[in-house]
Amino acid sequence: MNTISNMQKSTIRNTKTSKIQRMQDIAFHVLSQFSALFVLIVLLGIIISLVINALPALKEFGFGFFFSADWDINKQKFGGLISIYGTLVSSFIALIIATPLSFGIALFLTEICPITLRRPLGVAVELLAAVPSIIYGMFGLFIFAPVFADHVEPALANSLGKIPYIGTLFSGAPNGIGMLCAGLILALMILPFISAVMRDVFEIVPPILKESAYGLGCTTWEVARHIILPYTKAGVVGGIMLGLGRALGETMAVTFVIGNAQRILPSLFAPGSSIASTLANQFGEAEPGLHFSSLFALGLALFVITVTILTLAKLMLLQMEKKQGSKS
Amino acid sequence: MEIKLNVKAEKENSHYGNSSNSNKNALEIRDLNFFYGSYHALKNINFNVADNQVTAFIGPSGCGKSTLLRTLNRMYDLYPNQVAKGEINFHGENILNAKQDLNLLRSRIGMVFQKPTPFPMSIYDNIAFGVRLYENLSKPQMDERVEWALTKAAIWTEVKDKLNQSGLSLSGGQQQRLCIARVIANKPDVLLLDEPTSALDPISTGKVEELIHELKKEYTIAIVTHNMQQAARCSDFTAYMYLGELIEFGQTDEIFVKPQRKETEDYITGRFG
Amino acid sequence: MSDVLINKRAILAGRKRTNNIALALCMVAMSIGMFFLLWILSVLFIKGFSSVNWAMFTASTPAPGTAGGGLLNAIIGSLLMVGSCTLISTPIGVLAGIYLSEYGDKSRIASITRFVTDIMLSAPSIVIGLFVYALVVAQAQHFSGWAGSMALTLIAIPVVVRTTENMLRLVPGSLREAGYALGAPKWKVSLMIVLRAAKSGVMTGILLALARVSGETAPLLFTALSNQFYSMNMNAPLANLPVVIFQFAMSPYDNWVGLAWGGALLITLSVLSLNILARVFFREKNRG
Repeated sequence: MNTISNMQKSTIRNTKTSKIQRMQDIAFHVLSQFSALFVLIVLLGIIISLVINALPALKEFGFGFFFSADWDINKQKFGGLISIYGTLVSSFIALIIATPLSFGIALFLTEICPITLRRPLGVAVELLAAVPSIIYGMFGLFIFAPVFADHVEPALANSLGKIPYIGTLFSGAPNGIGMLCAGLILALMILPFISAVMRDVFEIVPPILKESAYGLGCTTWEVARHIILPYTKAGVVGGIMLGLGRALGETMAVTFVIGNAQRILPSLFAPGSSIASTLANQFGEAEPGLHFSSLFALGLALFVITVTILTLAKLMLLQMEKKQGSKS
Repeated sequence: MEIKLNVKAEKENSHYGNSSNSNKNALEIRDLNFFYGSYHALKNINFNVADNQVTAFIGPSGCGKSTLLRTLNRMYDLYPNQVAKGEINFHGENILNAKQDLNLLRSRIGMVFQKPTPFPMSIYDNIAFGVRLYENLSKPQMDERVEWALTKAAIWTEVKDKLNQSGLSLSGGQQQRLCIARVIANKPDVLLLDEPTSALDPISTGKVEELIHELKKEYTIAIVTHNMQQAARCSDFTAYMYLGELIEFGQTDEIFVKPQRKETEDYITGRFG
Repeated sequence: MSDVLINKRAILAGRKRTNNIALALCMVAMSIGMFFLLWILSVLFIKGFSSVNWAMFTASTPAPGTAGGGLLNAIIGSLLMVGSCTLISTPIGVLAGIYLSEYGDKSRIASITRFVTDIMLSAPSIVIGLFVYALVVAQAQHFSGWAGSMALTLIAIPVVVRTTENMLRLVPGSLREAGYALGAPKWKVSLMIVLRAAKSGVMTGILLALARVSGETAPLLFTALSNQFYSMNMNAPLANLPVVIFQFAMSPYDNWVGLAWGGALLITLSVLSLNILARVFFREKNRG
């Protein structure tokens, strides 16, 4: 009798424990799920708050806000074109410069570099990504821009500036700071991101595929050009777009070197503004009202553009991952 | 046609250029040692790969048979810390020589791998790619060469209507024959096959074996295989390797019927491996 | 035969030239990257060290036109904000990482979260600043350290989530099974076995997040703003290194610009050492 009652007790205890544990399990599940959903909630929150705050400006100026080059605080007339133009042009310059450089670096690190140097050089490139953007800004403003104005811009004006049509891009006073300088500094900042993605995707090319190309008598460059690049196309494009997404939203470095002029000038030497630099410069002093709301509208435009680009980049990289999955 | 494992005798016999055509050696391997870093993977290997014959390498995994094949076109050179010492004579040149032009060497000694490796391009371009590396052919000439190579590899009838499709659209067996065609299109002297049927189904394997039989009329073939029946079926000479050493080498009939060494017999009869 | 060979050699020579040029260009690209890294770091060290002195760590930021001064208030403010950001973002990020790896796995909600997290990793930080401004600063009618800390938290969470998830995925399934075989409930297996096994990997993620937010400037401009005086009140505008550097670097006063370089060196050194520390943790993980 005694034994049975003990067994009953322990069964009761066990059911109780398992009940508690099931409750704890559910609680933990819900808690962790909520944490994960937090990121989604933040994204939604950002979009909603930007839209709400941008609404007055968008109501006042209509959709034309994004195509108007007026930005006059005294007359309370606002349009986003100057900043949008600056953002796109500086990012585009950055992309043109950073893409070939990143490709070269990634190829160097995966195919050419002696194995002992691979790690330290790889880490060094990654450190380039770790340097805070404000440091790039100070470096650009105080160190790089003067050198750029004294040596690079005159040289560009004397060579590319003489070519008809595109010559205008390289004309005007060599100030150092301006659109081109911002593009260059941005290129330097996104270079480690693009080359990191390229390195990753180059490394998933099956060795046996490379070997069969070498087996036909290909040179390293031919293997890169005809085997590695076609095989990793989606990943490479994804990496470039990731870099573009970074460049579009970069704030501090650009604010230091773009010149912060609310104008659109044909020359790339001339100062301009990007969305991020306009926000950094004016938001702190903006009075509630149209100015304030217009800045939110700019922020909304920036967010929509970058998220679109980053989504496309991510989709391309996912395609690459799938390819890797099906291979292995 | 008689090749014995007696190294000294061979060294005397194999004076290049004197022997008659049927007795010529495409590759002469002398005192070959191979190292992965400090690991001694091949130990004092000596033998010849006879011209227009099929030489098979058999042995348990890890015995060094693939390593040996990869020294023959110096594929190991792609990786650091891999060193081969000794001599591999090919047309009177030691290909282990540091001055050896690797690109040219590899275009003359073609290689097919364990898994099919179609390049990410069309079937036509898979073939034309290697040819363009070394020859400037007009469009009709190239068409002709592509058809020739695909016909040789016994896949022309299957792909002639979809030359512009991706090489990846073919089945595994077709892909492997495409890869063989790609190598043949380069008109190499020697074909190295590294377990070419290990990823294929029995029917595709049969097709590739038939192909090997056809190709040996014009090419010297060295094949690594883990399948002893395959070695017995397709090869003229067989090398049995174990732990980096060449245990026995001789005519396939002899090796499989009356092996000289106990180890070979054990492996062939399935007592071990 | 030999004619063919001669012809082949001629074509090969041309191809090799292309190859050499291409490979040389790759090396040039690598050198350009290294050149700028070294240039930036050397400028930073030279300019930074020449303005580092004891006062930098003991005095608060100087008023316009006054000589001397230091960065004490900014350093304290930054530590407060980054510290509270770490305390808040770590549990949320790690829990979300556990969810994605252990619970959600391939479910739709998990893949959407994963996707959005990846996008938030690269989203412009200045927009996060706008969001927190609208949510907190505009409501409270004043800038505050808490608002700054919240902006940093929103930036740090995606970093922690993604690294945690990746690290947890590296934990072998057999370890989980061993836990379940003892009758442990899922939450205990996740928290006490899987998470513990991936401890140093998760640490890597937290350190990377720390490194990332330590240098962030843009989101603080509209949230914490800055404060000229020594303060530890998180409920009021709070001085912080990045914003002080920004304001001082753009100023006309020499001592301000000097302090900006000193602060820049301080920030870079901490960010780079956090990064290297994260690597050390990660390598330990891979060894174990």
